Amino acid sequence: MSATATTITRAGGAADSLSHVRRRVAWLLLSPAVAVLALWAFVPLIMTLVYSFQRYNLLYPERRGFVGFRSYAYLLSESSFWTAIVNTIILVVSVLVATIVLGVLFALLLNQNFKGRAVARLMVIAPFFVLPPVAALIWKNLLFDPLYGLIGWLLKLVGLPAVAWFTHFPMIALIVIVAWEWAPFATLILLTALQSLDPEQLEAARMDGAKSVNRVIYIVLPHLARPIAITIMMESIFLLSIFAEILTTTAGGPGEATTTLTYLIYIRALLDFDIGSASAAGVLAIILANIVAFFLMRAVARNLES
Amino acid sequence: MREQRASLPGSIIAWVVAFLMFFPILWMLITSFKTEAQAIANPPLIIFRPVLESFAAALSQSGYILFAENSIIISLVSTALAIAIAFPAAYSMAFQPGKRTQDMLVWMLSTKMLPPVGVLVPIYIICRDTGLLDTRTALVIVDMLMNLPIVVWMLFSFFRDIPKDILEAAHMDGAGPRRQMIYLLLPLASPGIASAALLAIILSWNEAFWSINLTASHAGTLAAYIARYSAPEGLFWAKLSAASVLAVAPILIFGSLAQRRLVRGLTAGAVK
Repeated sequence: MSATATTITRAGGAADSLSHVRRRVAWLLLSPAVAVLALWAFVPLIMTLVYSFQRYNLLYPERRGFVGFRSYAYLLSESSFWTAIVNTIILVVSVLVATIVLGVLFALLLNQNFKGRAVARLMVIAPFFVLPPVAALIWKNLLFDPLYGLIGWLLKLVGLPAVAWFTHFPMIALIVIVAWEWAPFATLILLTALQSLDPEQLEAARMDGAKSVNRVIYIVLPHLARPIAITIMMESIFLLSIFAEILTTTAGGPGEATTTLTYLIYIRALLDFDIGSASAAGVLAIILANIVAFFLMRAVARNLES
Repeated sequence: MREQRASLPGSIIAWVVAFLMFFPILWMLITSFKTEAQAIANPPLIIFRPVLESFAAALSQSGYILFAENSIIISLVSTALAIAIAFPAAYSMAFQPGKRTQDMLVWMLSTKMLPPVGVLVPIYIICRDTGLLDTRTALVIVDMLMNLPIVVWMLFSFFRDIPKDILEAAHMDGAGPRRQMIYLLLPLASPGIASAALLAIILSWNEAFWSINLTASHAGTLAAYIARYSAPEGLFWAKLSAASVLAVAPILIFGSLAQRRLVRGLTAGAVK
């Protein structure tokens, strides 16, 4: 293609201008997408940065002014901020581990050839299509409620006391909800990957007398390494921004037990109207996301090479 | 070679897992057909005479219709816009690649790495100052921008699999980019476009962060509706379940029907 292009260019000015026109058309077609994404990526980012250096509360707009790094210094000295960071990490990492483990397990189970597997697959994947606030409320009310919830009743059946999940184990309850929503996503991707695994390879291993556990460890898991890395990356982006589940179940509490960085910024910005502090936290959230993205990208790249 | 049948324990475990994962949704569905008293009965009622009064109450009291309308309009319009902008861009990158195409694609995807909460403040203030708070327009724009990188990426992956010779031939016959796109690419890539559109609709329907934070009573989607409805009506489980079923059912059915296509779209180029 490029060889032909060079010959044509050498052949004369007319063809030269033709390829020139082609390039311009290519740019023209690309430009709307680039323009709107550039606006979306840079304008709010710069505004967040600018606000983060200001004292700016929407309730007292007249007291607005430049304060340098004061919002950052204040934020970094607050225990609320560090609690939020720790909570974010606990939530994201726990959900990642849970969804990957469950995802591999579910994918292996659903990849079997059994009666009605299409229906079973749909049932496993369904939670992914449930609105986040609905998912949160099903669990909070119908299942986790200590008085009327189903889990409390089941515990009583086996002689255990009911547990007020959102009072005593709020983070665990939240992790269960979010993992329930995202395990289907991991399952979906890993199942697709499994289906591309060469069945002959497994068959050969079986003929050689490899136990099913060993077949999974030595053939299936290595085959899944790359899709798992991709799943982790895609999930992390969404998990860092978990919001509706927290809002509708714990509102960040009790105390600050389930206040993540996302939720902290929401409180600062739209409940306290403290734009300066919320923006500083926003900048730190962006930096955190970029660190995660950097390491994940590197892990994925290493995976692609090997 | 025929696939080997699963062992009996293997298939039983698979069914147990499927049932457990689906159970919360099933339980919500069952609760939505109960009366409020039945919904909090202890021990839980499995056998009861189903009633529709919770659905009637949810539909009549809470403005469900308005929020459903918002969800439908916002997800469809934002998806259509995203496709309209992404289609020429993906065409250009797939068929007229330049030196910087790869970088451009990675940059577009990298905008997804920006956590929404990092730009909550400026977006909120921009919307407030332009009078876009609590309007469908604001959510259409935000959803479109959120989904655009994914749609570009998916369309690009699909276009890449279309043999270039076909477009070359059309080009030789004198078809310009516009005719190539409309008469050749559109029909050839329609499954790809459908997958991308599907994913964008689902993501936009289930988008809760912006919907809750940028709307009040006019432009909220069903995600915001349930989040707000839960506060005053949280104690009325049957009614809340009925409202939730109504909010989830469309996309659950839609998503289940389109599941296969969705996987192909999601994993295009990534998992093969």
